[in-house]
Amino acid sequence: MSLRADLALISEWIKPESRILDLGCGDGTLLKHLRDNKNVSGYGIEIEQADIVKCIDSDINVIHSDLDEGINDFFDADSFDYVVMTQALQAIRHPEQLLDEVLRVSSDAIITFPNMGYWTNRFQIAIGGHMPVTKSLPNYWYNTPNIHLCTLHDFEDLCDELGIRIIKRRVVDSLHKHGSWLTRLFPNLFGEIAIYHITKK
Amino acid sequence: MPETIAEDSVGIVTPDVHHFDEPLLLDCGKTLNEYDLIVETYGTLNADKSNAILICHALSGDHHAAGYHSMDDKKPGWWESAIGPGKPIDTNKFFVVSSNNLGGCKGSTGPTSKIPGTDDFYGPDFPIVTVKDWVRSQQRLMTRLGIPKWSSVIGGSLGGMQVLQWSIDFPELLDHAIVIAAAAKLTAQNIAFNEVARQAIMSDPEFHEGHYLANNTKPKGGVMLARMLGHITYLSDDSMREKFGRELREGKLNFGFDVDFQVESYLRYQGKSFVDRFDANTYLLMTKALDYFDPANDFDEDLVKALKQASAKFLVISFTSDWRFAPERSRELSQALVAANKDVSYVEITAHQGHDAFLIPIPEYMAAFSAYMNRVASGISGRKSS
Repeated sequence: MSLRADLALISEWIKPESRILDLGCGDGTLLKHLRDNKNVSGYGIEIEQADIVKCIDSDINVIHSDLDEGINDFFDADSFDYVVMTQALQAIRHPEQLLDEVLRVSSDAIITFPNMGYWTNRFQIAIGGHMPVTKSLPNYWYNTPNIHLCTLHDFEDLCDELGIRIIKRRVVDSLHKHGSWLTRLFPNLFGEIAIYHITKK
Repeated sequence: MPETIAEDSVGIVTPDVHHFDEPLLLDCGKTLNEYDLIVETYGTLNADKSNAILICHALSGDHHAAGYHSMDDKKPGWWESAIGPGKPIDTNKFFVVSSNNLGGCKGSTGPTSKIPGTDDFYGPDFPIVTVKDWVRSQQRLMTRLGIPKWSSVIGGSLGGMQVLQWSIDFPELLDHAIVIAAAAKLTAQNIAFNEVARQAIMSDPEFHEGHYLANNTKPKGGVMLARMLGHITYLSDDSMREKFGRELREGKLNFGFDVDFQVESYLRYQGKSFVDRFDANTYLLMTKALDYFDPANDFDEDLVKALKQASAKFLVISFTSDWRFAPERSRELSQALVAANKDVSYVEITAHQGHDAFLIPIPEYMAAFSAYMNRVASGISGRKSS
């Protein structure tokens, strides 16, 4: 099974032998890939029972916890090489607080989220007149877990405010293929999923 | 009594008694010169002896964890829900060892045993035993059974505390530690419940300062009260409401102080039946072992430092409605394990059954438990082929 392209990209960015915390690790796909291919160790945090069982099944260390309750209780400062959070930030009650905690437990973090500025999302709101429903945002407004959607610009503004430095940024499209010239030129318009490597200023 | 025995039961089992002559120095400073441990085993030890599991029991548990002693038994062993063919602790794959702790009253040496060379019961003179003492005695049993390493040590509640102690005291002797509905130490509230239970027993006029057997009697009322109190704390508000509500036993109020509500009847029944199967001095000992347990004591009161000794992989499970061993305690334990850089998975099962949930085959609980045990089993087969 080939890895989702955003996960493949993250995997390229992470140094071998690292200690990693994956927030909202799902069924443990990324951690398993990193363990098997990069000799990475660490933990995943997950709240869905079925996913937790899948993590255990894959011999992944998984901690049952709600990210809305933060991670400070669970993890000491600077105890990881990377914190990874793939498409979970937008479902967090206080993303700004969590980002702060993330960069407390690790100097480096890799964050991915669906870009609300993606042209299809803009089109569905501007022309269709309704909240976007797409492959990366499959839910309707009333049942979506994604309560804090943002664009690349919004996220970068927040980073600025929180004293976060952006080391790297990539965007991928709905098939998570590496970007075309359009996504490179106009990432906030043609990037469907944003991937950031961030650190403290 | 079972008319037929379920296919996923270990069936009819017979315990063995192992006698130990080597003196055992206890934490309290006293020595047990000789002692017996009563043991049940389920499944078969494989050729390279790599599939053994130790089960540690809780306060009122014993060596009879699964199966039946005879077709006349009303109930199977206390953890029938988790031990058996195809169950999480799969006896087709594992060799399971379950012993009654020292100080118990079901066949291992304890207050109801005779002092060697005399006709007197130990009674209240049986020394206070600790979780560490139990683990030491279990390690001797392990040697006796010719088991070089446990593939896992598993326990709930007080049993989970023994698992933790195992991982700290004998890190090289276990691969996996499974700690269910337990805590790294009791809270003040938890000790307080134990103290009320002890006071109930010790203030019974039939207690005779623990020498009730020599007086041919038993502190029945005290033990009953202790058990009734304990039982309330093992259930949750919700589960009691669901089970009993305000249902009346006779359909009407009696305007007296006898049983009106079903819940009263239930508690009295639980208390009375416990009197017949449990010893008061053992109850006192077990609650003290619970109170004293604090493995951080030996490591500058630092749990992380204590857990750094361990080399096992951990699975920690808690239940949302358990207020006697609350999920917070299991979270704290998991946090300490993470801080000690140990492999750990922590699962919080949504359950309304309170502390008793760890004995109940709740599907989510069994799924996580089974998934973990499959990993344990695959580790064994890996070793076998090497």
